Amino acid sequence: MSPGGAGTEAAAPQSRPARTPPPVRVRVPARTLGGEVRAIKVVWKRELIRFSRDRLRIVTSLVQPFLFLFVLGTGLSKLASAGTHGVNFRTFVYPGVLCLAVMFTAMFSAASLVWDREFGFLREMMVAPVRRSSLVLGKCLGGATVAGFQGVIVLCLAGLVGVPYAPGLLAAVFAVQLLLAFAITAFGVMFAARIQQMQSFMALMQMVMMPMYFLSGALFPVSGLPRWLEILNRIDPLTYAVDPIRRVVFSHLSIPAAARRALDPGVTWWGWHVPGAVEAAFVALLGAIMLVVAIFQFSRAE
Amino acid sequence: MPVTAPAVTVLDLVKSYGEVEAVRGIDFEVGSGEVFGFLGPNGAGKSTTINMLCTLVRPSGGRAEVAGHDVVSERDAVRRNIGLVFQDTTLDGYLTAEQNLRLHAELYGVPREAVRPRMEQVMEMVGLWERRSSLVATFSGGMKRRLEIARGLLHSPRVLFLDEPTVGLDPQTRSSIWSYIRELKANEDITIFLTTHYMDEAEYCDRIAIMDRGKIIVLDTPEALKASVGRDRVQIETDDADAAIAELRERFGIEAAVAEGAVTFGVAEGEHFVPRLFQELEMPIRAVNVSRPSLDDVFMSYTGTTIRDAESGGSDQRRKAARMMQR
Repeated sequence: MSPGGAGTEAAAPQSRPARTPPPVRVRVPARTLGGEVRAIKVVWKRELIRFSRDRLRIVTSLVQPFLFLFVLGTGLSKLASAGTHGVNFRTFVYPGVLCLAVMFTAMFSAASLVWDREFGFLREMMVAPVRRSSLVLGKCLGGATVAGFQGVIVLCLAGLVGVPYAPGLLAAVFAVQLLLAFAITAFGVMFAARIQQMQSFMALMQMVMMPMYFLSGALFPVSGLPRWLEILNRIDPLTYAVDPIRRVVFSHLSIPAAARRALDPGVTWWGWHVPGAVEAAFVALLGAIMLVVAIFQFSRAE
Repeated sequence: MPVTAPAVTVLDLVKSYGEVEAVRGIDFEVGSGEVFGFLGPNGAGKSTTINMLCTLVRPSGGRAEVAGHDVVSERDAVRRNIGLVFQDTTLDGYLTAEQNLRLHAELYGVPREAVRPRMEQVMEMVGLWERRSSLVATFSGGMKRRLEIARGLLHSPRVLFLDEPTVGLDPQTRSSIWSYIRELKANEDITIFLTTHYMDEAEYCDRIAIMDRGKIIVLDTPEALKASVGRDRVQIETDDADAAIAELRERFGIEAAVAEGAVTFGVAEGEHFVPRLFQELEMPIRAVNVSRPSLDDVFMSYTGTTIRDAESGGSDQRRKAARMMQR
């Protein structure tokens, strides 16, 4: 090339002819399973790095459960003491707070996808020679991990609200909350695939999350409800994350049988007591379905 | 140009969005190792074309091959062989420069042992190796663009696409970006495909295609294009542009038009024509300007308007459509 012109001379000092190391040629291999795993891993890792950089988010994630458990929980326990058969209201509401914390964190992780689109980074991922499913899976696993971490913080507070640190309890609760975290992230990603603006995403999430939370039985026992509320409660997917956690927690408490029946009645389908494992499997299944939908949405999006 | 297979082959490529035809059947070839420039006003279809070549947008008709692979049926093969630098930044500001590049290396499956030396090399080239541990959010616009170029090169693409690589940058950064492009051409086996609407930059290209309203109007080397115009450009300022145009037609048989607010026309030898103009034109001339043909004039002579006027007038509709397409 012989471009000539004044611009050439002006720019010349910027290049360094003195040292020109031979270029390192890179061969990018054809698509392999290993390559997809690397892509999943790096998208996952990015979520963790971003979370660790976001001080405000970390502080919020620490403060929020305290607020719910100790401010709301203590305040309401005055009111609720008549109906809790001597069980601390904070203990009752603990599974609900756990789920709320996990839910919000997972949703924020999904929301970052909308930021990625607004700030252009999504494009960098979309043009990479990897499957869209790897990107979505990495994102959901990342969100689940961050939300799982949030859950661990709340788990650490268990002792303060009268829940014992029994290994079996901790393991079971942790497992359910990971499932929930994954399902909620997938749920959010499913929407985020189609939404262009952060405001719209946030508005939609408010519209979906609040009813989901209030209907789930996070704040009240699920038996003896009016018919309409019972139906809505059984439809709400979050019910099936709160209930098994509450069962595990209550199975480790030494309380009168009457109190257990009143506070931890367990979800029933047409009179059948749904086992906790089935509930957890239901959450996992929903998560898997939403993951598939999210992948489908992303594969279509240009 | 070497006799190897072309880096880019485009045959009757079409893209329409409903009623709007953004790209209306274009054909061209880019040779391996060329610096190829796509020139035209905003909304001419440059970005749409580049997006089709990068597999981001599916063509409505025709076909295109990049690095020997079809952009529709061999999408991944194309993606492995191209590097992309977009108009808008696609970096993650929450990550450091190095983390951004590592992420890219992982997504593209760059062999692990090659990541570090290659990363050092491309970051050295754009002068950002020292800043590798800084968060990208702290970078200036120029630094971000340089980092994007480094990232686009990380996986040693055969074709590097640069969509308006210098838009919105200060003159110094612009010229350093051009020096990287020259350095690349000298040191690496790479084809560079870029779009620009800066006329002066187009001169650095080996060949240029001028695009307007979805069509390629002309394609040649900058020298040949300028030679094809072969006339000096004269601009005069008068009190009544319309009357001046009419008088020029009457007395000299010259077709003039208003461009950039002045009556503009081309004549064979401008400096000899101007004295005649002053003698024979009846209306007073307030200012006169004669210039040698530039690519601007090439654009003018093929489209009948300057690139700036093409953007500010009439093309709003097209630009709006183009913006919608970029979504």
